[in-house]
Amino acid sequence: MTLFELLGLGGKGWGAFLLLATATTLAVTATALAIGAVAGAAIAAAKLSGSVPLRLIGHVYTTVFRGVPELLIIYLIYFGGSSGLTAVGRWLGYDGFLGLPSFAAGALAVGIISGAYQAEVFRGAFHAIPRGELEAAMAIGMPRRLRFRRIIVPQVLRFAIPGLGNVWQLSLKDSALVSVTGLVELMRASQIASGSTRQYFLFYIVGGALYLILTSLSDRVFNTAERRANRSMSASTIGGA
Amino acid sequence: MDFAFLSSTMVTLIRALPTTLVLFSLSILFGGMLALLITAMRVSGIRLLSGFARAYIFVFRGSPLLIQMFLVFYGLGQFGVIRYSFLWPFLREPMVCAVLSLALCTAGYTAEIFRGGIRAVPAKEIEAARSVGMSGFLLVRRIIAPIAFRHALPAYSTEIVLMMKSTALASLVTVWEVTGVAQRLISQTYRTMEVFLCAALIYLVLNFLILQAMNLLEYSLSRHRRPFAPGLRA
Repeated sequence: MTLFELLGLGGKGWGAFLLLATATTLAVTATALAIGAVAGAAIAAAKLSGSVPLRLIGHVYTTVFRGVPELLIIYLIYFGGSSGLTAVGRWLGYDGFLGLPSFAAGALAVGIISGAYQAEVFRGAFHAIPRGELEAAMAIGMPRRLRFRRIIVPQVLRFAIPGLGNVWQLSLKDSALVSVTGLVELMRASQIASGSTRQYFLFYIVGGALYLILTSLSDRVFNTAERRANRSMSASTIGGA
Repeated sequence: MDFAFLSSTMVTLIRALPTTLVLFSLSILFGGMLALLITAMRVSGIRLLSGFARAYIFVFRGSPLLIQMFLVFYGLGQFGVIRYSFLWPFLREPMVCAVLSLALCTAGYTAEIFRGGIRAVPAKEIEAARSVGMSGFLLVRRIIAPIAFRHALPAYSTEIVLMMKSTALASLVTVWEVTGVAQRLISQTYRTMEVFLCAALIYLVLNFLILQAMNLLEYSLSRHRRPFAPGLRA
């Protein structure tokens, strides 16, 4: 088979298969980023709170999930989730084995890891808010919730964009490890294609190139988002007003 | 809690620890040397060399380590040129492939960190050295390298911790290090949580030791920045 036939979109080509798997990789990463945003916000809030036990929980979470290999965490969620689910099934009267779907397990695992990194990003962004703005809001009697919604959230989101871009890139690369659960994302698809055609070198190069396209495109997206979010803060607006 | 199971798991995992440490130290060593070369090319000012370094950094930082490792492990053996060359006895070994791909990957990240360190060297220090006639290797050795290394150290310690975590991927090309053994234990016993706790503890202790060592190094390199304290001088 020629190169074009191997990588073609139709017939015996693997092109469509790989592109579909690329979409799965994006879906896993996006789901993981969303899970991580919720976990990260909660952990950042815990780390910033005045309560000692909450701060300790936050500290343990970020230390463990940033310090332990990603692969080990994926095993924990995939195998541990399945045995947990089976236990719940037995309790409800179902005796067979219940497996956690590999997409859910993968997205959850990558999301938990991403949450640990996002917590640090959100915490850093919170510290970047000028104290004076919070004091000003307090001085005019803005209640706590309104302060959170009007002053903290918009600025944290703006300051967090570059950090979130880095976390997205990390999660995109971590999502390749989800292939161990059997989910056919880009990494697993490259393995399947290379295994069945014996063209290992070709398909791993193509898979790697698709990852490079994803990472450089998302770099561009985050740069644009950063520019847009900082429009009102640009030097020309402040200086020229 | 079943302490007998926990302690036997711990013993089994610790038996795999030397493999993890060998993977880690060899890939840090070779990756660091390669990173120096890539950094030198990147800042050389010669367009061909810096273009190559840029491409290298883009490729190895932009794609997952796992696909790089599989490319080395499965992809290279596909070519007769390699299979019949003197390199094959080495490249056939999973351990060699794992170290090779770990080193290649970390070199990309480390080169960027070193370049950041070099950019932080104040131009006036280089000018001062030049004005007293220092140039070439002497300038690098005496002025640029020490300052750049000190600036790069915090980011480099983060990279080293990431490397420690990345050695886990070697289990997927059949090198039985701590994570691989943990996975085997999980699939034999189905006691995920206990095995995870033991393995996680090993990695956390390793990372803690690395960070402590790096902090110590950072502290000992900042002697001239600490306030003068007569009582503390040797």
